[in-house]
Amino acid sequence: MSATLIRENVAAAKPPRKTGSLLVVPSVVVLLLWMIVPLVMTLWFSFQYYNLVNPEVSGFAGRDNYEFLVTDPDFWVSLRNTMTLLISVLVITVGLGTLLAVLFDQPFPGQKIARVLAISPFFVMPTVSALIWKNLLMHPIYGVLGAVALAFGLQPVDWFASYPLAAVIAIVSWEWLPFALLILLTAVQSLDHEQREAARMDGAGVVAQFFFITLPHLSRAISVVVMIETIFLLTVFAEIFVTTSGGPGNATTNLAFLIYARALLQYDVGGASAGGVVAIILANIVAYFLVRSIARRLEV
Amino acid sequence: MATLTLRDLRKSYGPAHVIKGIDLDVLEREFVVFVGPSGCGKSTLLRMIAGLEDITSGELQIDGRRVNDVGPADRGLAMVFQSYALYPHMTVRQNMGFALRLARVPKAERDRKVNEAARILQLEPYLERRPKDLSGGQRQRVAIGRSIVRDPKVFLFDEPLSNLDAALRGQMRMELLRLHEDLNATMIYVTHDQVEAMTMADKIVVLQAGLVEQVGSPLELYHHPTNLFVAGFIGSPRMNLMPARVVEVTGSGVTVALPSGGQVTVPTSASGVRQGDTITLGVRPEGLHVDSAGQIAGEVKLVERLGGLTLLHVTSGVDLALTVQIEGSDATRAHETVHLSIDTAACHLFDKAGLALPRLVRHPMAA
Amino acid sequence: MRETVFQRVFAFVVGWGVAILLFFPIAWMVLTSFKSEVDAITPRLTFTPTLSSYAEVLSRADYLSFALNSVVVSVGGTVLALLFAIPAAYSMAFHPTQRTRGTLLWMLSTKMLPPVGVLVPIYILARDSALLDTRTVLVIMYALANLPIVVWMLFTFYKEVPKDILEAGRMDGARTVSEVWYLLLPLTLPGVASTGLLSLILCWNEAFWSLNLTTSSAAPLTAFIASFSSPQGLFFAKLSAASTMAVAPILVFGWFSQRQLVRGLTFGAVK
Repeated sequence: MSATLIRENVAAAKPPRKTGSLLVVPSVVVLLLWMIVPLVMTLWFSFQYYNLVNPEVSGFAGRDNYEFLVTDPDFWVSLRNTMTLLISVLVITVGLGTLLAVLFDQPFPGQKIARVLAISPFFVMPTVSALIWKNLLMHPIYGVLGAVALAFGLQPVDWFASYPLAAVIAIVSWEWLPFALLILLTAVQSLDHEQREAARMDGAGVVAQFFFITLPHLSRAISVVVMIETIFLLTVFAEIFVTTSGGPGNATTNLAFLIYARALLQYDVGGASAGGVVAIILANIVAYFLVRSIARRLEV
Repeated sequence: MATLTLRDLRKSYGPAHVIKGIDLDVLEREFVVFVGPSGCGKSTLLRMIAGLEDITSGELQIDGRRVNDVGPADRGLAMVFQSYALYPHMTVRQNMGFALRLARVPKAERDRKVNEAARILQLEPYLERRPKDLSGGQRQRVAIGRSIVRDPKVFLFDEPLSNLDAALRGQMRMELLRLHEDLNATMIYVTHDQVEAMTMADKIVVLQAGLVEQVGSPLELYHHPTNLFVAGFIGSPRMNLMPARVVEVTGSGVTVALPSGGQVTVPTSASGVRQGDTITLGVRPEGLHVDSAGQIAGEVKLVERLGGLTLLHVTSGVDLALTVQIEGSDATRAHETVHLSIDTAACHLFDKAGLALPRLVRHPMAA
Repeated sequence: MRETVFQRVFAFVVGWGVAILLFFPIAWMVLTSFKSEVDAITPRLTFTPTLSSYAEVLSRADYLSFALNSVVVSVGGTVLALLFAIPAAYSMAFHPTQRTRGTLLWMLSTKMLPPVGVLVPIYILARDSALLDTRTVLVIMYALANLPIVVWMLFTFYKEVPKDILEAGRMDGARTVSEVWYLLLPLTLPGVASTGLLSLILCWNEAFWSLNLTTSSAAPLTAFIASFSSPQGLFFAKLSAASTMAVAPILVFGWFSQRQLVRGLTFGAVK
């Protein structure tokens, strides 16, 4: 009796639930393909001699592509540039972003409009940001920064000739500071006001409140910002592509640009793929921590 | 209106058994309250009746018809949720009329029913508002109104008052009772608050760990709890419990020795206890009296003056804590030593397994 | 009290100062777009405003085709992503299984794959299937690249629909179809809309695949603007006019959806 009841219930309850949970399958399949196929191909190419324009270059390369990569001084320069870019932008955006988030949390006249203005750069497409900065602002003769320098009796600086990497860092920071600000501001605003009032009752001043209440509350949001920015900053491309093309020399060549240049300028698929594998490994180290930190708060 | 029958109803999530076999009959127009501590399975049981949870085994009947495999939409029941679960994108009118709209009831009739429910619940001025523009009490009414318009066989309430403040809760309690009378409806009401259970129910079902501990009218549970759990759960302040030893068993009662010395004879049947057994004596706060000739001496630790009534918290001996209910006019103060006498007719005895020894005389209010 | 007044003045001055500083390049770009080419190369505030740069950019037939490409690939990529993501997010939010959590995190991790890491195979696959410089390849790439974010964002919106409301609906007699139509759809429409908006913004501004997979016929505005980087294309006013037109719509979208963007960009970790 009870056995048939159970079976009936299972039969009655299960089918709709099953179809419901199957709706996720198409997305899983395309993402699986999107992940596996290029990944396997990159790995495969990285062990091949393969030139896009010269079909005579072919065959198994063994470790050659990797050996060529690590013995190429450009590779190490690009790694160094990648890390310099990454760390500088992170320090600037997260540091300033945190301070500005606290600032924009204070009520002041026109705060909403000021906030909208401040986060606007994030919505500007990278190619536009880069060209505006390069031509309208940083150009030694026609740029605003040069005019300002002259007004102060200083010599205008040719940013992209003298400090190319710093110039790229400035542009990328300008793009990502609003992102950090937006995220951190949202996090600051979720801070329970009673908590801060309790701290004030306990005698905490503005600075103490920031370090003992606000900053700990922000730690999670900061780590998320750091990791998401890292994912994107490891592969900054368009800004370099339109401003310096990696130069002068290799001064602004990062890993992303190096791979692009290998593949689509020198047609060396094998070498580019070996670089790609390195990029994937780098990103995965970050991704591991990001996914873990998000997993902790995920409720399903 | 309808009857509801539960036969050996069970629910498990994998290896975890939540409802462990419940039999219950809900009569026509009865107001039945499921009460128990959190996690006892009372909400799960209600949701099984509603059709929101599968029934693992057993049988659920509405008006004698098996409905285990009937979906919630087709059982003809209405439910009021703890969170009210109003549709935030609909006006009060649309919220209340939603079920009728789904049932393709003509608009004119729909409006008539919604207006009628709004009138009963004094919601007429709010019909075009959205839930977010209503107060907690008003939302509560809308949730009730939503179930009224459907004219359901049975109303189900899942802790509907727990999100209201104390004053509003008392008021809504009265309104629900009035509604029950006006609508002549069968209602099942889940709560963890024994005051709600006592004041509203025709029949209380005390649940613990997925099992029914006792079913009965409020005063039946109050005066004749069948076990220690019910005795402790029903009644506020709680029943005083003290260990005692059986001295003598006769046809007119069981005589026990108190820890503080002295003896009392409680009019219960022996029910298997023998001389020398340890036993638990239970007496409600109103069964203890300050009496200079009383057998129990103790120090008053705390006095709670409620106005008409006063509660004394007395410690007797090393660690026997007793609550005594006295008149508000009594001048006993904290840190005084008092003597307490026990009203033997109001005493309960519980054997080692926690089961009550049946009292020889039924309380007149608990027929 | 004095402290709060000081704080307010400080917040006002620094807040507006920072805002103006950060917005300055955009403002300057808009300003320059109304200059003549001659005025444009002198960084001055006084000039005779003219629409000649806009007229010139717009009169180039290809500008409109670039803009059209941007619209098509952004909308196409977003719609395609939503088509896959809506059922997936619905399924995981309302019919979770033991694997749901793992699936969500795995989807997130696919977003971590750096595009340069797979540039070579994608380029070769696109070349071999004759998809280089087509809108199709960008639509596919954008849909795939944004799918994890879109699924996640929708998932967090769906998760916010209280279970009680759906159960109340079932008690009221709603079956699957009426549940979706009368309850889920109206309740989650704002969420779907802001998810779509985020996806649009990300697609519109995407500048890796558009630069590498298109050359002319399918190139969107990101690639078109990049063509100004060559020295012979150094026309500041026209660059500014073209940029202003390329940026303006998305900037307005962005302003209106700040809060929802946070959720999408942080995978629901910050709300």
